[in-house]
Amino acid sequence: MNAIIVSALLGVVMMFSGIFFQNKSIIKHIAAGCLLLLLGANLLQHYEIFTIKIDTHNLLRFEKMGIFFNTITIVATLIYVLLSGKDIENTGVHVAEYFALIFFILCGVSILTSFNGLLMLFLGIEIMSIPLYILTGTDKRNLKSNEAALKYFLMGSFSTGIMLMGITLIYGGSGNFQIGQAIVSSAAGTVPNASFLEVAGLLLLFSAMCFKVSAAPFHFWTPDVYDGAPSVFTSFMATIVKVTGFYAFIRLFENQNELLGPTWKIILSFVIIATLLVGNITAVFQQSVKRMLAYSSIAQAGFMLFGLYASNDLSKEGILLYSAAYCLATIGIFAVLIKMKDYTLDGFNGLAKTQPVLAFTATVCLMSLAGIPLTAGFFAKYYMLASVVKAGGSLMIVIVAVLFAAVSVYYYLRVIQAMYFKEGEAETTEITPSFKVGLVFVAILILLIGALPSVLLNYFYF
Amino acid sequence: MIPLLLILIPLLSGLAVFFLKEARSSKALALGSSVITLALSLMAVSSKGVLHYDASWLPGLGGRFTLMQDGMGKMLGLLTAISFPVVFAATYKNTYQKPAAFYGLMLLTQAGLLGVFLAADALLFYFFWELALIPVYFLCSIWGGEKRIVVTFKFFIYTFIGSLLMLVGILFVYAQTADHSFALQSFYNVQLTGKQQAYVFALFFIAFAIKMPIFPLHTWQPDAYEQAPTATTMILSGVMVKMGLFAVIRWVLPMVPGAVKGHALFVIILSVIGMVYASLIAIKQDDLKRLIAYSSIAHIGLMCAAIFTQNQIGLEGVMIQMFNHGINVIGLWIVADVIEQQLGTRKFSELGGLAQKAPTLAILLVVLALANVALPLTNAFVGEFLLFNGLFQYNIWIAAVAGISIILSAVYTLNMIQKIFYGNTVEKTNNAVEIDFNVQVVLGVLVVLVLVMGVYPQPMIDLTKDTVNAIFAHR
Repeated sequence: MNAIIVSALLGVVMMFSGIFFQNKSIIKHIAAGCLLLLLGANLLQHYEIFTIKIDTHNLLRFEKMGIFFNTITIVATLIYVLLSGKDIENTGVHVAEYFALIFFILCGVSILTSFNGLLMLFLGIEIMSIPLYILTGTDKRNLKSNEAALKYFLMGSFSTGIMLMGITLIYGGSGNFQIGQAIVSSAAGTVPNASFLEVAGLLLLFSAMCFKVSAAPFHFWTPDVYDGAPSVFTSFMATIVKVTGFYAFIRLFENQNELLGPTWKIILSFVIIATLLVGNITAVFQQSVKRMLAYSSIAQAGFMLFGLYASNDLSKEGILLYSAAYCLATIGIFAVLIKMKDYTLDGFNGLAKTQPVLAFTATVCLMSLAGIPLTAGFFAKYYMLASVVKAGGSLMIVIVAVLFAAVSVYYYLRVIQAMYFKEGEAETTEITPSFKVGLVFVAILILLIGALPSVLLNYFYF
Repeated sequence: MIPLLLILIPLLSGLAVFFLKEARSSKALALGSSVITLALSLMAVSSKGVLHYDASWLPGLGGRFTLMQDGMGKMLGLLTAISFPVVFAATYKNTYQKPAAFYGLMLLTQAGLLGVFLAADALLFYFFWELALIPVYFLCSIWGGEKRIVVTFKFFIYTFIGSLLMLVGILFVYAQTADHSFALQSFYNVQLTGKQQAYVFALFFIAFAIKMPIFPLHTWQPDAYEQAPTATTMILSGVMVKMGLFAVIRWVLPMVPGAVKGHALFVIILSVIGMVYASLIAIKQDDLKRLIAYSSIAHIGLMCAAIFTQNQIGLEGVMIQMFNHGINVIGLWIVADVIEQQLGTRKFSELGGLAQKAPTLAILLVVLALANVALPLTNAFVGEFLLFNGLFQYNIWIAAVAGISIILSAVYTLNMIQKIFYGNTVEKTNNAVEIDFNVQVVLGVLVVLVLVMGVYPQPMIDLTKDTVNAIFAHR
């Protein structure tokens, strides 16, 4: 509860800070301070020191895992603001509003980590998405940004409509908004024949969630929107918003595997393999690193879907670790990308000579995304695969997944090749020493989690 | 404690070297650290029994930081520890761009290799398996030849696919272990059905077969050896290919004995095809590096075949031959490097009459080359004798076909000596001079090792006996 209320309030504070302070860099610092405040509020609830109590009529259910996930997203946002805050300033005029929107998104995030009914799920998704539509279009004079915003808005509203339709059908079939009961009654387990309404509703809900996390075949908006949006906001969109979508997805279908029956697994396997295929294969052919990262985020989504597929204790830990690892690495690589003058692969040629620190940290981030041992990304992927094996899932789907992971190495390493092995003069905008320090910190964090993932997961239990 | 230090010293000194500025100091530190590692591994060899180290690592997952150094671990640890100072000393005068990074990555490779040979925990083993690969990727891509980027990429993707399949295998076996642990012993004790064994065997063996490499997964190797900087090639072919052989003996043989028995003939036939095929290609090569690369495939193929014969004598042969092949092939690479550094070519067609100009080099090379042919009195004779003996006991016909490769190896090796060292001097070799003192010393040491091991191999057989016995006791 703390995070929901405090983030909403801080969003308003950020809005007004734009009136009182003209200096953009002060606003950035206020935002960082507010994030620390939010983090503190969330930790208070985590350690059960102080919690704001409001009777929500069982619409929200707070669990340790959700609160811990809040912590991950808030810390990720903090790192994001510290690394890329300068670039948020440069995007447009209304800096205070951008930060306010980010806080509102975090409010949506904290609702999504604690929803206990389809209505709250819907509210959370909307609170998270609407500010994002605006952020996508912040580069007003850029046609691509406008196109992306419009596309995102139209597609997003459409999928929201589908989700609402699904919720309505489930309500019509079961008379209930509580997920557990709705699905229990609709599954073959308790009621011999699930009604048509419930099955159709579930499918619609599933499709809408797939859209939100850009799983194939509902991924078509992703490359255009990620490519068109200002890079700083793509970074935010591809990390914090995306992993929250996954968290909500998994929470929605948590522990329902047996009830949903074998057909469910077949649909899910199809979606997973399609997502891995589309994401990885298309990423191979990209020349623009930004677009490549957009497709790679689809590919990563395929891996995160394994959390949904396995749906056991290990996958819970896995999704937390995956979120942290993926956010860190993607924020890091985007922070470097934003500084580049040329977003194509050739634009990275020779970066190791001109900016060794940037090249090194980008390498760590890319290796983490590729899932190479000693980086956080390895354990993230490891947990996902292990949870599927533990759940007794088919070994075939795991083998398919690792083969696609090998494909992903191809396009991630191409960036490393450009930076280290190719001749060229990679041009960057001005790089401040504090930015470098921040990047090195991210790289160290990735390596630390990669060597000892327990440092992160221990917080989850204690 | 020794096993831990064996990994820590190269790891830490490798990281330290990165921060050095001068070429001289990074060379010196690298050489110094590798000599300390050598001393430590000699201590390990002289100590009795199996050395252990165990620490907590991943409590939630069941992975522990467990190291174990038995006879085979000691032998391969010694090989790794000998190779690095030898390589550093022999290439001491070579200049590299960014020397600190080069030596740092080399030492990290050593840490990874030693980790692979010592790990007694499947997850840890996987970690080191990758840790050995990543620095090599950078070494080959930055300091390699003309086509380095493409070739190294192929090498990396190949081995990475293999490792990922192995990871799936590890995960699968882990899920089947009774006590949910990655420990070597739990993996040995796991009960798998015949079908499961076949799956696990396939997943593990593809990874190891790519690393060795076994026909038809060998295509990355000649290119990678040719394009890599020679110092790295020495490590690649001297030590790194042993990872594959080692891993089959350590992880596959005792874990899935049924599947090994079932697939033995298939693997042996592939290995023998690879031996003959690689030897035939080696005859046609005009490039010294490629010749050694193909000859290496042939030798490794024989060792792989002997592992799968699953008899005691074959396995003993593999143990000493792994060591001997490492020594011999590093010696050959050093010669190749010396020639290339001095004359700027590796092509036989541009060489000739070098013996007149560099007699010491010629003598040393001839000994090493004869060891490559496995002539009596050289170390490889003992090894190959045992290997063929094992193969012979398994199936006479296969042994006979494999025997062809002995003749072929004599053909290409003697041909190489003749073309490089005898005949008249040509344009490039007219001004050739004798090799440097440091190279003479290094090659001299290797030649002494070749002869000693050829005359008195018993200590090495005794050293690795416990591993061989343990494997046969287990089944």
